[in-house]
Amino acid sequence: MSTAETTHHDQDDHHDHGPAKGLSRWVFTTNHKDIGTLYLLFSLAMFFVGGAMALVIRAELFQPGLQVVEPDFFNQMTTMHALVMIFGAVMPAFVGLANWLVPMMVGAPDMALPRMNNWSFWILPFAFAMLLSTLFMESGGPAAGWTLYPPLSLQGGDSFAFVIFAIHLMGLSSIMGAINIVATILNMRAPKMNLLRMPLFVWTWLITAFLLIMVMPVLAGAVTMLLTDRYFGTSFFNAAGGGDPVMFQHIFWFFGHPEVYIMILPAFGIVSEIIPTFARKPLFGYVSMVYATASIAFLSFIVWAHHMFTTGMPLGGELFFMYATMVIAVPTGVKVFNWVATMWKGSMTFETPMLFAVGFVILFTIGGFSGLMLAIVPADFQYHDTYFVVAHFHYVLVTGAVFSIMAAAYYWLPKWTGNMYSETLGKWHFWLSVVTVNLLFFPQHFLGLAGMPRRIPDYSVQFAEFNMWSSIGGFAFGLTQLIFLYIVLKASFGKRTEQLPDRVWEGAKGLEWTVATPAPYHTFDEAPDFRDEDVAHGDVAH
Amino acid sequence: MSETSDQKKTRPQGRRLLLTLAGVALGMFGFGFALVPLYDIFCEVTGIRLIDNGRVSASEVQFEPTDEERWVTVHFDAAVDRGLPWEFGPSEKFMKVKVGEVSETLYLAQNQSSEAVIGHAVPSVAPAQASIYFAKTECFCFTQQRLEAGESQEMPVRFVIDPALPKNTKVLTLSYRFYKYDEESGTLAKADRS
Repeated sequence: MSTAETTHHDQDDHHDHGPAKGLSRWVFTTNHKDIGTLYLLFSLAMFFVGGAMALVIRAELFQPGLQVVEPDFFNQMTTMHALVMIFGAVMPAFVGLANWLVPMMVGAPDMALPRMNNWSFWILPFAFAMLLSTLFMESGGPAAGWTLYPPLSLQGGDSFAFVIFAIHLMGLSSIMGAINIVATILNMRAPKMNLLRMPLFVWTWLITAFLLIMVMPVLAGAVTMLLTDRYFGTSFFNAAGGGDPVMFQHIFWFFGHPEVYIMILPAFGIVSEIIPTFARKPLFGYVSMVYATASIAFLSFIVWAHHMFTTGMPLGGELFFMYATMVIAVPTGVKVFNWVATMWKGSMTFETPMLFAVGFVILFTIGGFSGLMLAIVPADFQYHDTYFVVAHFHYVLVTGAVFSIMAAAYYWLPKWTGNMYSETLGKWHFWLSVVTVNLLFFPQHFLGLAGMPRRIPDYSVQFAEFNMWSSIGGFAFGLTQLIFLYIVLKASFGKRTEQLPDRVWEGAKGLEWTVATPAPYHTFDEAPDFRDEDVAHGDVAH
Repeated sequence: MSETSDQKKTRPQGRRLLLTLAGVALGMFGFGFALVPLYDIFCEVTGIRLIDNGRVSASEVQFEPTDEERWVTVHFDAAVDRGLPWEFGPSEKFMKVKVGEVSETLYLAQNQSSEAVIGHAVPSVAPAQASIYFAKTECFCFTQQRLEAGESQEMPVRFVIDPALPKNTKVLTLSYRFYKYDEESGTLAKADRS
């Protein structure tokens, strides 16, 4: 572990030097802003790779029958689309935002463990190179769904080993990133920044990081057992050797359910930063937001078997997991009502970040409600493995997690790059996205209720019309994201025309708005002094 | 945790946090494996263990006598693992069975390869909740079955259904899957991959 980055006094030129030149700046960097940028660009690239796979799926489902791809390749696309979007797009985007923002929000000069930070990122391109390379192997990519249920997942080709090791690497990267974030938040806060003065984005990430440290190793264990079952003669999940395939589902979802909150809690944090800014009011119920986040995190550990209602559980188990799942709606409801109450009677303006944040609140809530429907055991027997499930988790992940990431990008882009994005293009991006994403996913609710199964390349003709709408929405949504790409690239590489103020948005609170725009390479070499009203969105009395 | 923390905690403190968190991660990796026996123990302790495929001797089958006469349907199902060159199936697909009385059915197996093969059947009962009421007093699944090249064999199953079977269960499925027994390793061989 290097000492040069974590202590100040041993390098006298530390305060002056800017980034190194050329490629080595990015390869060897230990700067939290550089690493945050790398994460965000990687995530953007993966967003388009995963999106292209989704378009293959939607192209095949445009009409009934088999037209575009072979069924096996279709299955590879559904599996890879999920793995790339979850581990390559959404999670790295949140880690990138944490890298950029957490040190600036708590008044720290950098992350607690900068050298490890470099490792956390640079593992990822190798992990995804391995994962994506399976598509070019003889036996093709994984095709048993991202959940990798045995025995099916064990019956594919030998590219399976690459998938397992890629997942190991992604887990390693996430765990190291999470440890870094916890250490930064707990050890590096500015003197006055006590826990209940922290911005909500920092709070949600602290809790998310604990979830990551708790569950990513369990996933690593589960896929290791798949690996030994496949290549080393163990029988964890093999009925012939006395194992139990359902056991895998139990272990997987012990990871998998907290994982879905890992992908939404930072989104809650982002929205809790943006809505007060553009409503020009303090966040309503700051403390209840913190407790609600912690409650959701705790509950996420005791609901995993609601993914498995149809495996033949005892009635008592089904009832327990049903009610425990429904209880999650209470803290989530607290959050939604707090956001609404924050907007209530605020002096609202609707710049692009706010549009995405409000879109998030409404559309994520729709996804939450369909989640409640899925929690009901007798109904779930009907909905299980249908397009209703697909519609549900795309509402919470696309119009939830992805919308919040876009809101964050628009909100902090001026601080990162020093350039204001084009508000006209931003509004076009939002409105086209919100219309097309609903055209894409809303009909899938009806398809699922009517009984269309997920992960199947063909379907009965009565599903044709809704599928056609959904595919049109899918291609339109995908093309709309090119506007986002253009906006981000223009802000990042375009010529700077005006000097933006430190506090880019009129109502923005938080230490990141007290540094120059664009944020200098090193910030808060000295711990900042601040007043309560500079940071707390909340009306917390200290 | 102190209310206001210093910008930089002393190094030992930072290191302790790092080691603690890394320890938690390592511990959770082990916990993933520990879940395998833990689930079994949990089911044992709470009494929600559902699967019971053990042998019941005929003398053990002593049920509370009931006045009412109750009939259920038993559906017989069969499957052969990909690694085993056998033909295998029930002699009758459905059977009306009187609850509390011993019934018998036959499964038929034929070795279609040109060499002797040993197979072992693994049973399961659906719905899983009903499996504890389904007692097998004699079953070919208790032992290994050796079939010479081309040989066929009738395999009897004798079973009795406990009258305590929940009233809403009217159909039970008894399913067997035959696996190849590997004499060298003494384990059931896995299915050939693709």
